Amino acid sequence: MSTNGVAVRFDAVHKRFDDLEVLKGMDLEVRWGEVTTILGPSGCGKSVTLKHIIGIEQADHGRVTVDGHVMNSINNRDLKELRKRIGVLFQSAALFDSMNVKENVAFGLRMHTRMSEREIEDRVSVCLDAVRLAGSEQTMPVELSGGMRKRAALARAIAMSPDFILYDEPTTGLDPGTANVVGDYILKLQNELDVTSVVVTHDLPLARRISDRIALLYNGKTAIQGTPDEIERSGNDVYDMFVQGRI
Amino acid sequence: MKRLLQFVGIKTARFLLLTHSMAGYFRRFLGELPNVYFYRRQVIEQCYAIGVNSLSLVILVSAFSGMAVSTMMAYQMEDYVPDYMVGSIVVRSVLLELAPILMGLVLAGQVGAGIASEVGTMKVSEQVDALVSLAVDPVGYLLMPRVLAGIVMIPVLVVFSAFTSISSGFVMSILLMDITVADFVKGMKLDFSSYDLVVCLIKSVVYGGMITFYGSYAGLSASGGAQGVGRAATAAVVISAASILILDYFLTKTLLY
Repeated sequence: MSTNGVAVRFDAVHKRFDDLEVLKGMDLEVRWGEVTTILGPSGCGKSVTLKHIIGIEQADHGRVTVDGHVMNSINNRDLKELRKRIGVLFQSAALFDSMNVKENVAFGLRMHTRMSEREIEDRVSVCLDAVRLAGSEQTMPVELSGGMRKRAALARAIAMSPDFILYDEPTTGLDPGTANVVGDYILKLQNELDVTSVVVTHDLPLARRISDRIALLYNGKTAIQGTPDEIERSGNDVYDMFVQGRI
Repeated sequence: MKRLLQFVGIKTARFLLLTHSMAGYFRRFLGELPNVYFYRRQVIEQCYAIGVNSLSLVILVSAFSGMAVSTMMAYQMEDYVPDYMVGSIVVRSVLLELAPILMGLVLAGQVGAGIASEVGTMKVSEQVDALVSLAVDPVGYLLMPRVLAGIVMIPVLVVFSAFTSISSGFVMSILLMDITVADFVKGMKLDFSSYDLVVCLIKSVVYGGMITFYGSYAGLSASGGAQGVGRAATAAVVISAASILILDYFLTKTLLY
């Protein structure tokens, strides 16, 4: 881990998909051990930002640095090692639908460790306990509710004991009660696992509740970033418009 | 005229981009081959999926195509060549053309579209991104096992197809066309060359690799939800079928002359 306290940094990142420029010089700083929430309206490039951190997307211009690795020039071996240290909760949960819950959670362990079957089973149990899904090992993803799918995906994300957890719209599509429960899990995992978390959402109450720092993305750039209190007190026009639902 | 040139230019550019992209995936496929032992479970699963799941369709189609070929041969040749030549023509035409090309086209629909739909659904539902985030290369985990399984299992299916076609042609000739067993067998032996079987296998290995590669490529390139998956499946079938028909000419010319 780097010593300057910054785990992930975006410097003037530009990203274009055909005619659509999604990121237009975005800057971002994610500090070790904190929950950083990226807020913003739909289509402003929040999920694309996460994909830059995992290396699924590459910046057209500018620089993305994750744990000291410059993602534009990282080699395949380092990228693979870095990805093993990142757990991702996708917006759609993205559970492998041909596998049951246990196989989903065990997937990374089977691919990247030499753990015995017993050790893998134990680890899967621990992860499923952490998200209160014990007993669902044999259930297929299609049989799970939306909230349970997210929790199973969260168990898969933490199975490899990651240093980073990325959450892509963790509460989208969930009823308020279940969304609260997911928020609880994010805080619980943050406290128990001591990870660095990046949460992408447009759920303002969730962001206020779980974040150490918030970055508001608008029009391909970071409009403002800071602690929730700093942002609340900033009087930033874009933030005010976002709070009022005008963007 | 300007519009025509623009249209041709855009189509050419798209074709070159597609070719470049496919070449990139093919290079990555070759790069993943040393990991075949690591992905052995996926390879075996795909061999089972391609082989066993297609067998009944292969037998059904081959049985009727064998009957059609023998009926057509007997009808066309009855006044010009002796009866035993029906056996000879059926065996050679089935081995050299009918079995590999017909199975290529049938399996482009069955296997190629199936792979494109399955992988495409994984792509649009973020499961492929999930694989990447778990530090697993989708080319190694999804594409390579399917292509290897195609290269292994489609020739096996083609051999089944050839055997079924020849058998059904044999039965048809005897039951409905007054050709004796001895005549049919005499014709089969007269003109049979083991090299015909080699040509049949070479063609089916190439077609097997193509069908599964295009299917996987189309799936991994899918975007835009259910519509995108449909487009991927269609593209996989169209590109496979066209490539098989075009390549068949060149393979036949190269291997037989």
